Formats: sequence, structure tokens, C-alpha cells
Amino acid sequence: MVDVRHVSVKEGDVVLLVGTMKGAFVLRSNAARAKWDVGGPYFPGHAVYALAFDQRSGRPRLWAAPGSDHWGAQLCSSDDFGRHWTNPVAALIRFPEDTGASLKRIWQIRPGPADEPDTLYAGVEPAALFESHDGGETWSLVRGLWNHPQRERWQPGGGGLCLHTILPDPAGRARITVAVSTGGVYRTDDGGHSWQPRNHGVRADFLPDKHPEFGQCVHKIVQHPAHPDRLFLQNHWGLYRSDNGGDSWKDIANGVPSDFGFAMVGHPHDPETVYIVPIESDEFRCTPDAKLRVFRTRDGGASWEALTDGLPQEHALETVLRDALTADPLNPAGVYFGTRSGEVWGSADGGHHWKSVLAGLPPVVCVRAAVVGDASKVRVPKPGTVAARASRATTSRARRTSGKARAKASRAKARGTTPKRKARTAKKSRGPAKSRASAARSSAARSSAKSRPRGARAKKRK
Amino acid sequence: MAVTFLVPGYLREFTAGASRVAFEESPPSVRDALVLLWTRHPGVRDRVVTETGETRPHVNVFVGDESIRWTGGLDTPLAPGSEIAIVPAVSGG
Repeated sequence: MVDVRHVSVKEGDVVLLVGTMKGAFVLRSNAARAKWDVGGPYFPGHAVYALAFDQRSGRPRLWAAPGSDHWGAQLCSSDDFGRHWTNPVAALIRFPEDTGASLKRIWQIRPGPADEPDTLYAGVEPAALFESHDGGETWSLVRGLWNHPQRERWQPGGGGLCLHTILPDPAGRARITVAVSTGGVYRTDDGGHSWQPRNHGVRADFLPDKHPEFGQCVHKIVQHPAHPDRLFLQNHWGLYRSDNGGDSWKDIANGVPSDFGFAMVGHPHDPETVYIVPIESDEFRCTPDAKLRVFRTRDGGASWEALTDGLPQEHALETVLRDALTADPLNPAGVYFGTRSGEVWGSADGGHHWKSVLAGLPPVVCVRAAVVGDASKVRVPKPGTVAARASRATTSRARRTSGKARAKASRAKARGTTPKRKARTAKKSRGPAKSRASAARSSAARSSAKSRPRGARAKKRK
Repeated sequence: MAVTFLVPGYLREFTAGASRVAFEESPPSVRDALVLLWTRHPGVRDRVVTETGETRPHVNVFVGDESIRWTGGLDTPLAPGSEIAIVPAVSGG
């Protein structure tokens, strides 16, 4: 039986939601983001491709989309950071009977604009957009997109025919931009009634016509709320920017080792800053040169720099999937990503330095970060200061004294098993660190091993 | 009992924990029997069949020892006293 742990979260904490092929995890830290408590696994055995945090209505709510090969996909929510999840009797997202379609997977859960707290969107496979205007109680298919005459000619990519990106307009226009693999970018300017392909300038290297009106395999698009018409796009081959809401795109692959990749995220405060994790090619879907590097532009794509400090730079054949790169809204921003090899990495300083947050997980498919409450009121302690050390100590103390953990430690002590367990953990931590020949990573793995979920440890021992 | 369902562990959250669900009625087919099941336990429905009413690809339904895939699918006829087992298929990774 899986031992599920929970985290205690308070106002001002940072939460990291991690979706894997075998369940979801909820991590929490304070503003220092140096140590993380781990809750989960939730929905063990289910692939969780979509997670979201939504506090627009004044209560923090987690959304998750666990999917089972056996029992189908569900949309669940939790108002207590994972201790209790809804498990709807009838599936909330379902195709109307007349469509003849059936839901295969939920790829994206996207809260709507800030001034519409009851609006949420979901992107699904087969590629379709669903919307809710009552806080997620009921959902309906966006017929305008489903009935688009080009939809029947969309083709599935390697992950399936999915609608994976939803960008409601932050400027309050009746505009939504979505991306489909493989269908391309579509945009509505009338609240979802009519949709137009917006792929001018985006390549489709896998088609005879390299610049079709639609059919591109777009992997991710990001948008900054301060610049709603500026979009950045990571394509199946190609990096692009649009300054007119997607009407046209221009190539910005200036100095990256590969313009193939999946993941992309924008900086929460700087519209010029975007992060990607390039992948070598569609045939060899691993990081180029066996180096795990995040690339960052700070000038809107005119140039890119590799961020490597703390990341393994040899024997790192990794893949970061389209929803597994994210940022939190603190200043400096935290940036996080998860790999198919089951490791979550984080930077508390906008990408300058990286540490392993959690390892030994099933393949990571989704990572989301948020601050509980008003992020602008959260003061981030400077690294190395007394405040930062106190902040870390508070986190450690909280972990030591959390009720269940305390009881468990007490039982272990009574059995006399604590030293053995510690030895096992230390031995395990050294394994992957040696193979990567990275001292920094070794240190991070050791610190994260303490909070590693027991299910993951059990799995790895097999 | 005219028909009895054997319910796998995952679905028992929706059958109040019951591993066997029995009905006095004698439904003529598996499809009719399943309607009885999710009329009483509606949470089972969307986990066993898709929106189009098809059995999910990785869920097997047996009448006795025989999978309904080989006996007419959901239209498989039922004899009084049949046992219907819902079983997750061997799949996944």
C-alpha cells in the first residue's frame, strides 16, 4: 500500500505541483525555496498530465487531471493542498453524445482571466477545448473550435492529438489562443464562436509544404500579461516570436544548440525573458551534447544564454516535456523543471543557480509553481543572510514537528530502525550523483532524499 | 440472485465498498445488466464505459469465465444466475 504524505501550507508559502506518469506530488517551501516538504503520491498509478493552482476566488484550490489506462480521465480538485480530493461520480469533462468522441486525456487545466474567477478552461485529447463558467462545477465543449472545418485534418503527434496550450487574453478582449499538436495555433477574437489558424511563418518540417496554413506541431506558447500581443512559441523544430498576437511569427533561434524542444516558460515579471530546454532532435529526443541546460533569453529572443550552474553537464541525456517547465511569481523568480528521468530541478534566483529538488520519481510530465496568497507581499531573504538561514531552519523545524512525521520518527526510533534507514538513504543518494559526476547534484540529492516520498523509494529499490 | 457483479477494488469506492453487487432482476444482456449496476451505483459508469457507451479498451467484462469480447460484446445474452466480472486488463507500464 502506498504511504501518502501531506504538506502543511500557509500563506506566503511556495507550492510546487508535480505531475508524473504514476501520480502527483505537492511540494511546499517558504520564500527562500531552499528546502522542500513533499506531499503525495496522489492518484498513485495515474498519469497526471495537467495540474493547476487557482486562488482567484479567495481560497487556494488545486486542480488535477489523473488519467488511467483502465478507468479513463477525471478532473479532481482539492481545497486543502491534497489531503482530500474530489472524485466526481460522473466525469466532469465529457464529449457530447452527438460528437461521437470520447475523452482520452486531459492535457491542460487553465484558470481564466483574473476578473473572471469562475472561468476555467481545459485542453484535451482528442484535441478540443472545454470551458467552465461556474468554477469548474460544469463544463461544456467549445463548439466553435470543435466544428472548425480544418479539425478533421489535424493529425496526432507522438503524444496523441491534443490541445495542450490555452492562453486567455489578459487584456480583457474576447480572445483566446490555443495550440494543438498537430494542428497549430488557433485564435478566437469573439469568445470562442469562430477560430482562425495563426501559423504564418511557423515551419512544418514534416510536411511537403513547409509553411501550410495549419497542421504545424506547436509544442508550447507563452504570453506575458504585460505584453498580451507578444507570444513566444516552441515548435517541433523552430523557436518563434509574434508581436501581433500570432498574426505572424518570426524565427528567434539565435544561438541555441537546437531549435527543437518541448518546454517553454516566460519570466513572471520581465516580458523579455523566456526559458527553454532544447532537445537535440525529433529522432533523438534528449538534451544536446548530453548536457542538461536551460536556455534563457533576456532580450525577447535576440540572444540566448545557457544556464548550467548546478546542472549535470555530462552523461545527461534528459528530456523535459512541454508542461514540465514553470516559474513562480516571487522576486527573484523561482524556475523549475522536471525530467522524464524523474528528477525535479529548481532555481531560486531566476536560473543562475540550480539544485535538485526531488529525485527518484516516475517520469515527470507537468510542473506548476505558485505562491499562496499575495506574492507581492512575500519578502525573499537574500541567500546567506540571517533571514535566509532562519527561513531554512523554520522549514526544517516544521518538517521535524509535523504531526505524522513526528509520530513516524518516534515509531522508527522505538524499532531501532532509524540508523539503518539513514544509511540506506545516503547510499542511494550517492549512486546517481556519481554517475553524473556532479558534486553539486550529489549534495542536492542528499538533502532532497530526506523528503523523498516513500513510494518512490520503494519503487527504486526494486 | 438473477445476476451478480464482481467489482474490482478500484471501483468499490463507488459501490459503498461492496465487492459483489447482486440484482433480483433477470436482464437479457450484459448491456441491460450494466444499466442496473450504474443506476444503483452511478460512479461506476464513466469508469467502465466511454461517452459513446463502449467498454473502455483496457477494461474486460467476463460472463462466467468468458470475455464478452468473444460472445457479442455488450449484447452478450445472460442466463439467470449469471456472474459478471469487471476486471482491469493486464496493461500499462
